[in-house]
Amino acid sequence: MKVLAASSGGGHWVELLRTLPAFAGNELHFVTVRRDYQADLDQAAGFYTVTDATQWNPLRAALLAVQMFALVLRLRPELVVSTGAAPGYFAIRFGKMFGARTIWIDSLANVEQLSKAGRMAGPHADLWLTQWPDLAQQDGPEFAGQVI
Amino acid sequence: MIFVTVGHQMPFDRMIRLVDTWAGQQPDTDIMAQIGTSDFVPQNMEYQKLLSRQEFDACLQRCSAVVAHAGAGTIIQVLGCNKPLLVFPRLGRLAETRNDHQIGTARHFADQQQLLAAFTEQEFIQKLDELALFRPARAVGPYASPELLERLRSFI
Repeated sequence: MKVLAASSGGGHWVELLRTLPAFAGNELHFVTVRRDYQADLDQAAGFYTVTDATQWNPLRAALLAVQMFALVLRLRPELVVSTGAAPGYFAIRFGKMFGARTIWIDSLANVEQLSKAGRMAGPHADLWLTQWPDLAQQDGPEFAGQVI
Repeated sequence: MIFVTVGHQMPFDRMIRLVDTWAGQQPDTDIMAQIGTSDFVPQNMEYQKLLSRQEFDACLQRCSAVVAHAGAGTIIQVLGCNKPLLVFPRLGRLAETRNDHQIGTARHFADQQQLLAAFTEQEFIQKLDELALFRPARAVGPYASPELLERLRSFI
């Protein structure tokens, strides 16, 4: 199965890497915001970078959306997984548009409330997870453990 | 060596300034700081704006303790190396990050005695002095919990 794993930098990337054993045996492609993150990956994995849109800067977010749309259109992943934030939101939305199943894992950093990207992307994800039991909801995210 | 990091995405001048002041009183302590986009220029410690992933990992391996913002990625990486960690959360109201989520992260891990957390500047200076003697309560493995991995596998 072709899997696209999307995340922004810092904690989101660190968290994404920790979930990788669950995706072993699939064709993995990664999209993130820093080139040097490729050193963390198996050489066989696809690796792409997009613009960072921390703080949802409108111009950067628009550029990111275009880049992510082009990537998803080209790759046609069957599964999209993200730990956030803005790149993950767009990957989930466009992945879904092209028929992929989608997983959103809200970051461990969001202890007291779901992330903004998570509140936006979660309803579009086929599997929506929070890492905090208190944030699980009937019509919202499910709690199923943490990345540590 | 004490490794100081505030991530690379946003400035955190308040913390870098405090550590630099403390460093001025510790002539025998070797300190390396990744200050990201902070404007403050440290006078009393070695620093770089942005370390590559490889340089960052090397600092993490070499250091005896870490002082950091309360970013989840930093916390997970440091606990994965089983090193003493002091975190100082960024505050949303000072626009150090977008909201106060780092306070919740810091409090959670401090409650589990995995790290030291300081919530005021005074407490931060005090805990910098205590950091060398602190040890995290338990080691953190390299991957997500079996429960999370199993949930993801069953969905796939």
